[in-house]
Amino acid sequence: MPDQKIVLEVKDLKTHFPIRKGVLNRTVGFVKAVDGVSFSVQRGSTLGLVGESGCGKTTVGRTLLRLIPATSGQVTFDGHDILGCPMGQMKPLRSRMQMMFQDPYGSLNPRMTVEDIVGEGLTVHGIARGKQRRDRVAEILEQVGLSRRYADRFPHEFSGGQRQRIGIARALAVNPDFIVCDEPVSALDVSIQSQIVNLLQDLQEKLGLTYLFIAHDLAVVEHISEWIAVMYLGRIVEYARRDELYSNPIHPYTKSLLSAIPHPEPQKKHARIVLKGEVPSPARPPRGCHFHPRCPWAEESCKTSDQMLEAKTTQHLAACWKADKIG
Amino acid sequence: MSEHEILLSVQNLSTHFFTQQGVAKAVQDVSFDIPAGHMTALVGESGCGKSVTSLSILRLIPDPPGKIIGGKIIFKGQNLLEMSEGRMRAIRGNDIAMIFQEPMTSLNPVFTIGNQIVEVISLHQGIKGKAAWDMAVDMLTKVGIADPARRVQEYPHQLSGGMRQRAMIAMALSCSPSLLIADEPTTALDVTIQAQILELLKKLQNENRMSILLITHDLGVVAETAQTVVVMYASRVVEKADVHSLFASPRHPYTQGLLRSLPRLGQRRKRLDVIGGSVPNPVAFPGGCKFHPRCPIGAKDPHCQACEPPLQEIQPGHAVACWYAQGYRR
Repeated sequence: MPDQKIVLEVKDLKTHFPIRKGVLNRTVGFVKAVDGVSFSVQRGSTLGLVGESGCGKTTVGRTLLRLIPATSGQVTFDGHDILGCPMGQMKPLRSRMQMMFQDPYGSLNPRMTVEDIVGEGLTVHGIARGKQRRDRVAEILEQVGLSRRYADRFPHEFSGGQRQRIGIARALAVNPDFIVCDEPVSALDVSIQSQIVNLLQDLQEKLGLTYLFIAHDLAVVEHISEWIAVMYLGRIVEYARRDELYSNPIHPYTKSLLSAIPHPEPQKKHARIVLKGEVPSPARPPRGCHFHPRCPWAEESCKTSDQMLEAKTTQHLAACWKADKIG
Repeated sequence: MSEHEILLSVQNLSTHFFTQQGVAKAVQDVSFDIPAGHMTALVGESGCGKSVTSLSILRLIPDPPGKIIGGKIIFKGQNLLEMSEGRMRAIRGNDIAMIFQEPMTSLNPVFTIGNQIVEVISLHQGIKGKAAWDMAVDMLTKVGIADPARRVQEYPHQLSGGMRQRAMIAMALSCSPSLLIADEPTTALDVTIQAQILELLKKLQNENRMSILLITHDLGVVAETAQTVVVMYASRVVEKADVHSLFASPRHPYTQGLLRSLPRLGQRRKRLDVIGGSVPNPVAFPGGCKFHPRCPIGAKDPHCQACEPPLQEIQPGHAVACWYAQGYRR
């Protein structure tokens, strides 16, 4: 029976990009950007999706919204099968699932006014036109902390933080239920980041929004998320409630990630796990456990046996057979 | 040079940019010292003037529209601002080296890594041919690049972000500089790679007894690597202290606000503290204290609105540019 509380369910999602070479454009391999990802998000809550560059988190976000075609898997949004839905019938669903982007400079069309940027969705979905549209845009601008007078200005007249607010306004204009926030604060200064994070939280409370919050900054993700999924090379390696993950990380990659974060506390010298090497290419992932070449606790069996996400407790999953034996 | 001798002393540095929109006073009256073998962090957000300060030290400010209009930069007893360009060139890349934030745009994409390192070595040390290439491979090994003999023949686009940054460090260190200026060296890198690069910088600093001027906006990085911290806001130094004092008792409202607004691991707060408003435009700075419009104490104080506070030492080794921190009461 479908759980009413789950607004988004993702099952075994895969997004593989073919690598083509040669005169005949033969497919010689695949970049397995997303390689079997499953999770669910409850209504009104936030799932944090963390990982470093190349782990596939942005591709997950874009595949969910069908901005990139999925290779296989299932995405169910409020009972609707997203991936199986005919393209012509996607439109009404699109207004309910929106996205916020990382780059406040690249994600706004420089030739459109704020009014046009925020109001475009209203026109496309037939929600409002003319004066009604102007009023609705003004209302949303104020909701995100911008003056309604800014409606006639162009993006280049605003700072990074303000542009990000315009991006949020654009996403909110069509009354979505669910927003994929793709690294919304990474490009902003520290003092502006906290303003935007607070805004996102306020809007979530007021409007009952559900977020998939994609980021690499673990401190920001910890602040805003209820559940967190850690990705590495196309897969989720750990999945737990926020408090659990940070106080008791199980997977060696999560442990390394948490220990790599520099703390603004000079007194605290913490034992840092410094990983060797670089993240492998998703076109040629290592055999066996994807993380084994860099794992401080790797053993022979790790090189051959692939690790699946397993429940270590009812609220904490990790993809590492050795997890219980590591300190 | 002994441990506590001052290697570089920036004194009342001012750099302005003369643009069509007006004069952008990017750096005003900035002073700080870098002791030998020491890591000093220059901290601030976008537009505060930290990068312009570092470019001024190496006299890399494009003229026009920029111009260093005042101050002294004393390096090993000599004022860099009074040196001829020829002598400055002999110092750049040799005794004072610099690494930048975006390794992809700072490395020349049409030359191999090896070529770029060899160029530095040939230019400054006169060593050419195989000897220079051997030194280049040696440097790549020192910065932790695996398979250096192969990598030395590769182009920047063939390396990952972390490796390019290591290659840039190798280039910068090839002539054993006394001072390395690192401008946001890890901002563009993942956190696990950042940890590697920071460990590397600390190791090389100890091995080579080098001073590092680390320019960053990341207070976590500062806490873990720097010994002294210089905080800049809107073209000026607002606070200067050793790292422990700064984090334990920040005295300037801007520093306090920055530290409070950081989301900290393990801290459960309902909402993050913020500094309201945004950084002022360098062409149109507010009068009086530049921070006053955003300051919880100074926003309504006529003295703060009208008079710019000087940078003053309030405790040995701890200086602040704030009337209230200096003891003023309304």
